[in-house]
Amino acid sequence: MDRNDHAPLLQTVGLTRHFRIGGLFSSAKLHAVDDLSLTIRPREIVAVVGESGSGKSTIARLLAKVYEPTDGDILFRGRSLHEVKSRRDLLAYRGEVPMVLQDPFASLNPVHTIGYTLDRGLALHQPKLTAAEREVEAIRALEAVGLSPARQVLAKYPHEMSGGQRQRIGFAQALSYKPKLVLADEPVSMLDVSIRIGVLNLMAKLCAEEGISFLYITHDIASARYVAHRIVVMYAGRVAETGPAEQVLHHPVHPYTRLLLSAVPDPKAPITITAADTGEPPRVVNPGPGCRFRQRCPLAIDICARVTPDLADTVPGHAAACHVTAPQAGLAA
Amino acid sequence: MSDTILDVRDIVVEYTTSREPARAVDHVSFTLDRGEFLGIVGESGCGKSTMLFAIAQLLTPPAQLVSGEVIFKGRNMVGLRGGELRSIRWRDYSVVMQSAMNALNPVKTVGAQFEDTMRAHGQGKTAGIRARSREVMALVGIDAIHLKSYPHQLSGGMRQRVMIAMALLLSPDLVVMDEPTSALDVVAQRSLMVQIKDLQKKLGFAVIFVTHDMSLVGHFSDRLAVMYAGKIVEIGPTRPLFAAPQHPYTRGLLESFPSVYGPKVQLKGIPGSPPDLTDLPSGCRFRPRCGQVMPRCAEIEPDLYPSGDTRSRCLLFEERA
Repeated sequence: MDRNDHAPLLQTVGLTRHFRIGGLFSSAKLHAVDDLSLTIRPREIVAVVGESGSGKSTIARLLAKVYEPTDGDILFRGRSLHEVKSRRDLLAYRGEVPMVLQDPFASLNPVHTIGYTLDRGLALHQPKLTAAEREVEAIRALEAVGLSPARQVLAKYPHEMSGGQRQRIGFAQALSYKPKLVLADEPVSMLDVSIRIGVLNLMAKLCAEEGISFLYITHDIASARYVAHRIVVMYAGRVAETGPAEQVLHHPVHPYTRLLLSAVPDPKAPITITAADTGEPPRVVNPGPGCRFRQRCPLAIDICARVTPDLADTVPGHAAACHVTAPQAGLAA
Repeated sequence: MSDTILDVRDIVVEYTTSREPARAVDHVSFTLDRGEFLGIVGESGCGKSTMLFAIAQLLTPPAQLVSGEVIFKGRNMVGLRGGELRSIRWRDYSVVMQSAMNALNPVKTVGAQFEDTMRAHGQGKTAGIRARSREVMALVGIDAIHLKSYPHQLSGGMRQRVMIAMALLLSPDLVVMDEPTSALDVVAQRSLMVQIKDLQKKLGFAVIFVTHDMSLVGHFSDRLAVMYAGKIVEIGPTRPLFAAPQHPYTRGLLESFPSVYGPKVQLKGIPGSPPDLTDLPSGCRFRPRCGQVMPRCAEIEPDLYPSGDTRSRCLLFEERA
């Protein structure tokens, strides 16, 4: 079945989040996310790729309702998250859209067993289950993430497990709620290289077999390509480019995506060494109009300093925000 | 005169614990030539940083060098006293740490920290210090105006560049680097690697570069040593090692990196996780995770055997020894 046939599972409309920074009377605003329109369909892994400070973690926190948006809306199965207010609704939503955190060493309570942690989450997010049903569910989730024998794992404490195993606990916890969409914020960046692939394969398997969608947030575009159906490249709080993973990788349109791809450490890469760009971070405090990549962009022209480029399709489903490589109709470059 | 600048002989480093001592570096030997770039790769806990600290004589309790020699420019550095070490450090070899934010003094300007270093090594003339400071900042591509900046006023990439500039102040023959790029974004990381390589070619110093990211050094190092559980498991010239990795662990590591090039392939990674250093398996340490394990692997601790262009610590290559 084609993924495009489905109605969106989650959709953001002009989602914006600013943070006020500086002293009491400061009017400085940090634009963490600006005007984001993101669609996640059922059974789909969407990767959000960007460097530190690009706003990718803010997106996960907005979708998890940890932050409230400054502007715009999030629709989950067609319903606005502004309507999710009561504690009961919030718990139900977070059960359907749970989050897996970056640091598997800090995200599990060291004084409780894995069994307690899983049971506690289930009691909150699936209040109708009895204690016996919760245990069955916890065991099912542990087995689904490849931790066996599950019954023994329930009795363990976090310190008895390796980093990769702990990250699988994070996924088991999310999975036990029977989620529709899992928000995974850099789930493998703290893990050893040899263990990362196992966790990425787990995400792909849960998507294929259990039909769960994932928002995979990462700074590593190679791992995004490995696991995701679609890639969203963020730069300085705005979407620079979005499209099917292979399409974006093989035919990058935005100059930033091209720069990012050329910088990926990869022994299989052709040896073309250039260091023209030193990777200085962009300005996101009171950024003003214009393209935020223009100071680093080899292709920048006059209009880039005046008008913020909107996303424009280059081919259906593949869009970039660039006046030069993806000019919008009606705007003379 | 031989071309060898550093000769690490059979070093053993242990961490004192409440139980058995944990042996983080277990009989590691290698040599480094003048102007050579050696990459040392391995996962967390494999002993790569501990080894680097042992070479730089920076170990502090509970870590302790139990045996072995570190011959640097013909002189054994093990057992040198504080004063003797201080005169060699920065002048003959320098160290670039992982986190520049922690390595730089937050309440002193960059220029003042450069000045401290140079005065400690007998450079008394202010004019000379200023000129040299400007020179090294130019080397790493930062405007000399930032000599007046405090570390927090610089970006992460600039701070690491400042650390490298500082390491080059006294023109050392060897610069050891412990994951200097791991806190940076990929674009900044790439740019810094290119710059380190350029400087190294231009100034001729040798580099030992420790990283967990094998793909990072692929285009930059002359030789590569892969560490696992305190031992070097494969060592050899970088390109052949990437093209035809021999040790099962090296092969597994290389198959753990998704690529942005070529067709998309399913990867397996390596099952299991690295061993506890206080409770090592008998025989080969990689045995529990190895896809080519044989009964003998549990009985014999393998040596480094010739394996094509590299040397590998694996019984698969034993008969060729």
